[in-house]
Amino acid sequence: MDLSLSTRTVGDRTVVEVGGEIDVYTAPKLREQLVELVNDGNHHLVVDMERVDFLDSTGLGVLVGGLKRVRAQEGSLRLVCNQERILKIFRITGLTKVFPIHESVDEAIAATD
Amino acid sequence: MATVELRFSASPEHVRTARLVAAAVARRAGVHESVLDELRLAVGEACSRAVGLHAVHGLTSPVRVMLTEGEKSFSIEVGDDAPSGVPAPRDQSAAEAAEETDELGLAVISGLVDDVEVISDAYGGKIRMSWPTATASLS
Repeated sequence: MDLSLSTRTVGDRTVVEVGGEIDVYTAPKLREQLVELVNDGNHHLVVDMERVDFLDSTGLGVLVGGLKRVRAQEGSLRLVCNQERILKIFRITGLTKVFPIHESVDEAIAATD
Repeated sequence: MATVELRFSASPEHVRTARLVAAAVARRAGVHESVLDELRLAVGEACSRAVGLHAVHGLTSPVRVMLTEGEKSFSIEVGDDAPSGVPAPRDQSAAEAAEETDELGLAVISGLVDDVEVISDAYGGKIRMSWPTATASLS
């Protein structure tokens, strides 16, 4: 399965809905999308990963890169994920301490730190 | 001798194929369903790392994946042709980015797999991982 990406705006938040597999082949597409959004002035991102089937370290690297970019603009990057097998990758790499991870898009949109 | 041996040109688009093949052979070998997801991720990480190393070193040779069904375990070896030791990077930022991802990849592998070793062989580097099979855990 390939990677699917769609974006929508809710208030000052931009929700990026990601589906499929994020790996060494598809991660560059996600990187391009995040870079484009930040360059276009969208500095508060919510990455919805509920429909992601697979995530590897290349994907983690892209998300960390996205976080660095929005933080440079005093923005935020929040993740939405309930899937244990995806959350496990964040835990073993210690990235649960780096990303705010929410259970729903609504919760992520409402969050203000 | 490996039960199944896979060689693929060192391009990112083939890593998914390697993951699928490894998971299919592991399932047949009796690796428990509950660890197949982890196995798939670990072999993907090892292959991504090998693909990255071949790109950094400008190598055109294929990445090798050896899937071996043992009596009590199933092992996977992912071999690259990259010389040991990191060469002087031409592009500092690209090299740093590659290194970060490489370290993250190894962190994922070591977090997922109990039995893993990173070694050098006659060709280059090799990541060897193994998982118990169902018959082993029953005995």
